[in-house]
Amino acid sequence: MSMADDTTAHVEGEPTFDGSTPPRAHWPLYEVFVRGKRGLNHVHVGSLHAPDDTMALHNARNLYTRRNEGVSIWVVRGDAITASSPDEKDPFFAPSGDKVYRHPTFYEIPDDVPHL
Amino acid sequence: MTVTEDETRDLEADFERTVAAEGRIEPRDWMPEGYRKTLIRQIAQHAHSEIIGMQPEGNWILRAPSLRRKAILLAKVQDEAGHGLYLYSATETLGVDRAELTEKLIDAKQKYSSIFNYPTLTFADIGVIGWLVDGAAICNQVPLCRSSYGPYARAMVRICKEESFHQRQGFELLRTLMAGTDAQRAMVQDAVDRWWWPSLMMFGPADGDSPNTQQSMAWRIKRHTNDELRQRYVDMTVPQAAALGVTLPDPELRWNDELQAHDFGAIDWDEFAQVVKGAGPCNAQRLANRRAAHEDGQWVRDAAAAYAAKRAHQEVPAA
Repeated sequence: MSMADDTTAHVEGEPTFDGSTPPRAHWPLYEVFVRGKRGLNHVHVGSLHAPDDTMALHNARNLYTRRNEGVSIWVVRGDAITASSPDEKDPFFAPSGDKVYRHPTFYEIPDDVPHL
Repeated sequence: MTVTEDETRDLEADFERTVAAEGRIEPRDWMPEGYRKTLIRQIAQHAHSEIIGMQPEGNWILRAPSLRRKAILLAKVQDEAGHGLYLYSATETLGVDRAELTEKLIDAKQKYSSIFNYPTLTFADIGVIGWLVDGAAICNQVPLCRSSYGPYARAMVRICKEESFHQRQGFELLRTLMAGTDAQRAMVQDAVDRWWWPSLMMFGPADGDSPNTQQSMAWRIKRHTNDELRQRYVDMTVPQAAALGVTLPDPELRWNDELQAHDFGAIDWDEFAQVVKGAGPCNAQRLANRRAAHEDGQWVRDAAAAYAAKRAHQEVPAA
């Protein structure tokens, strides 16, 4: 059973095994991507917390593929993801909005021309 | 960055338009503070219910009557943990940390469903929880798959797919008992008698006493009122009880031809209020167990973090 809901890894400032200050107070957030079957892309399914990459992968297996939902898993630390912008409806995507000629339906072809 | 009043009005209009057009709100979209708070409260309460819900059933894992039933029960309890984690994951997209939510749960600052404060006295309770409690949960949850907040709706899709196994294994368990001895049939009826009314309370207060419902429906977080869902649950369950051969413990329960729905008796709202307030049969035990599990797990979390830190240190390439 996954215990990933328990995320407080260490009390901040408390010394670790070698006497140094722990590098992070909480287990970091990982985003999880699963390939449903061969031939499909990996798809984002959710997130979890884990102390390191290997544990993140194991937790993801336990949490997101309990019923053969996947044949491959990616885990990516949340802070390693660069996203387009805080607002997903912003002008960042405007350049593709006015280029109808990039779509096949822009071109008029007589109905009796086959295979086009 | 400061946002002017005009900009806020534009953002709010944009939000309202998206919700009204059955669009989905995604984590980084602007949203009203009330919407965010309502979602955090509702999803956290839902997540806590899944996590606390592991206890009444976990109570029977060691005493399941066969390896088959034990394997099923283990899988089901593991699913409940998974459901809790999907939902904590959804709350984190709203800017809260799940460690903080766990603290709030064990400090009794956030609630969970009152149904899990009732004890599981016999193995028939395991069947009745699957049939009635998960049945009620499915009624509540299926419409939430269309909730306006994307991460919540997606978590609910995943959960609803898995709930179907929960309800069917419960019904099958009860059918097996009903085909057994008189004592086994009596055990099923006793469990139904104890769980029927609490399962009706799972839908929350009557519409007139549910202050959050109207706003939640306007925001399309909720899709139906508590009473609508409760009625749907009763209408669904009555024929199932007949198929099973048990009696639902309500002398006023009967078909109303005019309304094309079942009439049913009055719910004991005083009992509901007591259990919500913490005076149910198992409230203290459930929270104490959750707190103990959290505190007893501290050394595991520490060890894992220490190991990760050591490995990260070793991986630094030599200059």
